[in-house]
Order: sequence, then C-alpha cells, then structure tokens
Amino acid sequence: MKRKSGKGFAWMAAAVFAVSCLAGCGTGSAGSSPASSAAQSSQASGAQQDAQASQGAQASSQTEDLSGSIQMVGSTSMEKYANALMESFREKYPNVNVTAEFVGSGAGIEAVAAGSADIGNSSRNLKDEEKEKGVVENIVAIDGIAVCVDPANTVTDLTRQQLIDIYTGKVKNWSELGGSDTPVIVIGREAGSGTRGAFEEILGVEDGCAYANELDSTGAVMAKVASTPGAIGYVSLDVVDDSVTALSLEGVEATADNIKAGSYFLSRPFVMATKGEISEQSRLVQIWFDYVYGEEGQEIASQVGLITVK
Amino acid sequence: MLIGNRKKKAVVERAAQTIFTVCAFFAVLAVLSITLYMIISGTPAAVKVGLKEILFGTVWAPTATEPKYGILYVILTSVTGTAMAILIGVPVGLLTAVFLAEMADKKVAAMVRPAIELLAGIPSVVYGLLGIYLVNPLMYRLELALFKDSETHQFTGGSNLLSAVFVLAIMILPTVINISETAIRAVPSGIRSASLALGASHVQTVFRSVLPAAKSGIAAAIVLGVGRAIGEAMAITLVSGSSVNAPLPFNSVRFLTTAIVSEMGYSQGTHRQMLFTIGLVLFVFIMLINIVLNKILKKGASGE
Repeated sequence: MKRKSGKGFAWMAAAVFAVSCLAGCGTGSAGSSPASSAAQSSQASGAQQDAQASQGAQASSQTEDLSGSIQMVGSTSMEKYANALMESFREKYPNVNVTAEFVGSGAGIEAVAAGSADIGNSSRNLKDEEKEKGVVENIVAIDGIAVCVDPANTVTDLTRQQLIDIYTGKVKNWSELGGSDTPVIVIGREAGSGTRGAFEEILGVEDGCAYANELDSTGAVMAKVASTPGAIGYVSLDVVDDSVTALSLEGVEATADNIKAGSYFLSRPFVMATKGEISEQSRLVQIWFDYVYGEEGQEIASQVGLITVK
Repeated sequence: MLIGNRKKKAVVERAAQTIFTVCAFFAVLAVLSITLYMIISGTPAAVKVGLKEILFGTVWAPTATEPKYGILYVILTSVTGTAMAILIGVPVGLLTAVFLAEMADKKVAAMVRPAIELLAGIPSVVYGLLGIYLVNPLMYRLELALFKDSETHQFTGGSNLLSAVFVLAIMILPTVINISETAIRAVPSGIRSASLALGASHVQTVFRSVLPAAKSGIAAAIVLGVGRAIGEAMAITLVSGSSVNAPLPFNSVRFLTTAIVSEMGYSQGTHRQMLFTIGLVLFVFIMLINIVLNKILKKGASGE
C-alpha cells in the first residue's frame, strides 16, 4: 500500500509536470497558472494531512504515549485486507509501526507460536495441534465466494462434489446434473487472483482446474456469465446482483447470514491468531484488536469485500 | 539596424536548431531507455527459470506449488493469430485500396474513404466490446453446432482464437488500405496507359501491371499490419477467453500481449518478473518485424 501511494504521487507529479510543459509551450505566461494552482492545491492538501497527523498524535498522546511496533506474519490472501487496515491504523496512531510479512497461513501461525510475531494471519481455521500450542483463533472477517450461473439455467443447487467435477472438467454438460442439454462453460479468474486462490483452496482443486475462460476481473466474470448460456463462474459474494443466479451449495443459499452461521461451505475465515487470549496481549496489540473489531476496522473489511463478524 | 537584424536572425536560427536537435534526441533517448528497461527487467526471470523452459514449455501455471512458466502456446497463439488476421485482412484491404485508387468514381470514393478513416480512429476497447456482443455469441452458436457430439471439446462460450482473429482482421484494415492505396496511386500513369494501349482490360491492367509495380509499398502495408496485430492487447483480451491453450480455432487462447495484461494485477515475485520476460519476447518480435520492414522499404527504394 505504501508503495502504491508513492507511485500515485509520482504519477501526479508527472501529470503536473506535463500540464506545466503544455501550458508553457502553448500560451506563455498566462498558461502557467493551472500548473501553479495545481501545485498550490497539492501543497495545501499536504499541509492538511500534516495537521491531521499532528492532531492524531496529540489525541493519542493525550490518552497515553502510543508508540512501538506490532509484527504480523501470515496469509498472502489477507494481504489486501491487512494492508488496508495498516494504512488507516497508521493515520490514527502515527507512532505505532505495524509491519506485515505475507508468507502463508501456516508460517504465520508457527511464528506466533514461537513468539517471533505478535499476530499470525491465517486464512483458514486453526488446526487442533496449533490450538494446543496456545494459539488463539480470533476471527476478524469472513471471505465468502458465490458460484453464479446465467439466469436461464435450471440448475440452482450443487453439491461440493458436483462443483469439483465441473471445475476439474469431469462434468461437461448440464444435463448430467439434471439441467438442460447445454455445455458447461467453466469461467474462472487469472492466476494470482485472491478469489481464485480461495476457491481452489476450499475445494481442494489447486492447479487442477480446467478453465475455458480466465478473466482478469470480477466484472468481466459477471458479464460473461450473465451473457453466456451454460456458463458458471465464481465471484466475491458482495458483488452478486440480479444479472446472474447465485447457486445454493449443498442446499444452503449464498447469503452473509448463512456464511456467518458456518453452513455455507464456500467461505473461509480470516484469522488474526495470537498466543493466548487478546486480553493477555501487550497494550499495543489490544489496541490493534479494538481497532480491527471497532467500527472503522469493520468498515474496512466490508470495503475490501469481506463479511464482517461484529 | 541591418546588423542587429542579422544578429537576431542568427540567434533565432541557432535556437531553432538546438530545439530540433533536442526533440530528435528525445525520441532516441526514449527508445534506448525502453530497450534498456525491457532487458533489465526481463532477463532475471529468464535466467532463473531458464530460457529453454520458458520458450518451449507448454504449461503455464505460475501460482502452482511447483510453478511452470512455459509460454510456447502463448507465442504460437500470437504467431498464428497474427498470420490468420493478415490472411483475412490483407486481401480485403488490398482490394478496397484497388477499388478506391482505380475503380471508384469520385462520389462513391467520397463515401468509402471517410468510413475507413473513421475505422482507424475507433479505440481498440470499442472493437473488443463489439466483439463480446456480436462476435462471441455468433461463435458460440457455431461452436455448439460444430462440436455437438464431441466428447473432448471444452466449450468456451465463443471466446476463442477465431473471435480474436476476426477482431484483429478488422482492426488492421485501415492500415493496410491507406498504405497500399498510396502505393497504388504512386504508380506512374504511363504504366497504366501502356498496358491499356496494348489491349489489356482494366482489371488485367490492375492485376498485371499496377499491383506488381506497387509491390514494395504493399509489402510495407502488410508488415505494418502485422505490427498492429501482434501488438494489440485490449480488444483481444476481451474476446479470446485468456486460457493458455494450443492455438486451435475454437480453443480459448492467450496472446503475448494479453498474457501480460491479464496477470499484472496480482502477480508477485518470479511470476511478475516472468510477465516482464514475456514483454521482452514481444519486444524482440516487434523489433524483428521492424527490421524486416526497413529491409523491404530499402529494397523498394533502391530496386525497381
């Protein structure tokens, strides 16, 4: 995230430079005003940010001197969510340095158990042997995936095995699943996509999917499914709309409530594991969890397409 | 007065010369820095994975536990896709150019020419959208009819190589038409008169005398068309399905350009470096085409 905003600034600087060049060539001295006003406004916003930051610092120093660092290690799937949290947390507590490494769920939990990290990010439930080591599972959000078909499809429910058969290419026609005689068109996301990673991981079909279309955005998947008879695709639950039919899985409808209740299987928890209960953690880590479970933290979770737990 | 004026003139002259030189070097600098950047960012993955495995491997699974980075199918798709687009686009474009330059009366030409110019100005993403809404459904129907009883065919919903080729063929038309029309018009009218005077018909004159005389210009048109087709990404990423498969007409395929576009978003580490390597491969391809183009143009200038 930090890197991204740096890039954004570079682009802005380049744009301002280009504008000033164009203006300079075109209309002489009169033309330089937009560039200089742009520069002024960027200065102004910078100053505003500084003011906000110092205000934040004052506010926190009024309660107490919050500084130090929190170390997170773990799931790559949680990178987007964790980065968004870290960014807004930094605005509120500028002296707290939160660092994160994205190396995988297992490695994150291991690091927490060994005491080399404060928080272990995991995009799956903890295993019993991990809990035995004293690691506590704090579910901060839930990632839900909906399986969609085109509205004309008569199949409305699939079992886990049927879904696996479709995506590995064993089932090629909807008539094999009680639908009309239409070929199945398997649509997925590109390699590296978080949704694809979660979908394949939950079904246990990593690198075994036979995709007919690998599209590079959620919107593209929705559009293709909506317009192609026989198509099936997966998207994040929050983007499903009326243009497609979201299938129920094992008889359970894809809704946020069912996912929270744990009955819809195409979902996974985002866990921030700690060694011992949150109340046993350092003051900083406790504040972090207050933030994550608080209004702002949950807002961020829904912004990145997750289901909130509070 | 006179001396002052002369001095002023000299200053203006020198300033102008400096500006022109700077502009000229700006282009050179851009080309050099792009080349350098492509090589620097494209080679690490090539070294890490091995050039042989990249160029001749057929499995593209960059996020697997044991990643595979074979782009043979991707390269072959770019080559066949471009070749097929040329096979469709060049005959149509060339005949249109002949029509405009030799056959059409002024009124008809005045209608056709703006249409072609408009075609050149349409953004490529619009071609892609039209491809999704017009070409893909038609292709899907054709696919359903052709592979009705096939046990092995994977249905793609019309997102296949042929759709991409169709869109590319239309996209290269303006390039081919404009450049070959110019070449045909540049043929000296004496050649036409001589052919007609010997008793050849109008069509015979065009095909036996005018087109052979314009062949270097037409070759340039084809090579530029190839360049346009092989570098296109936006339009075909929307219609080609983007799965890595062998370039068969009804397979969902991925081109060199779309391979970069489709996975740039979330790729990390070696996977991301690999995308730059694909960029380098594409860069080399386009450089080769440019060299061929220059050769043809030089031959045209010195030969004949």
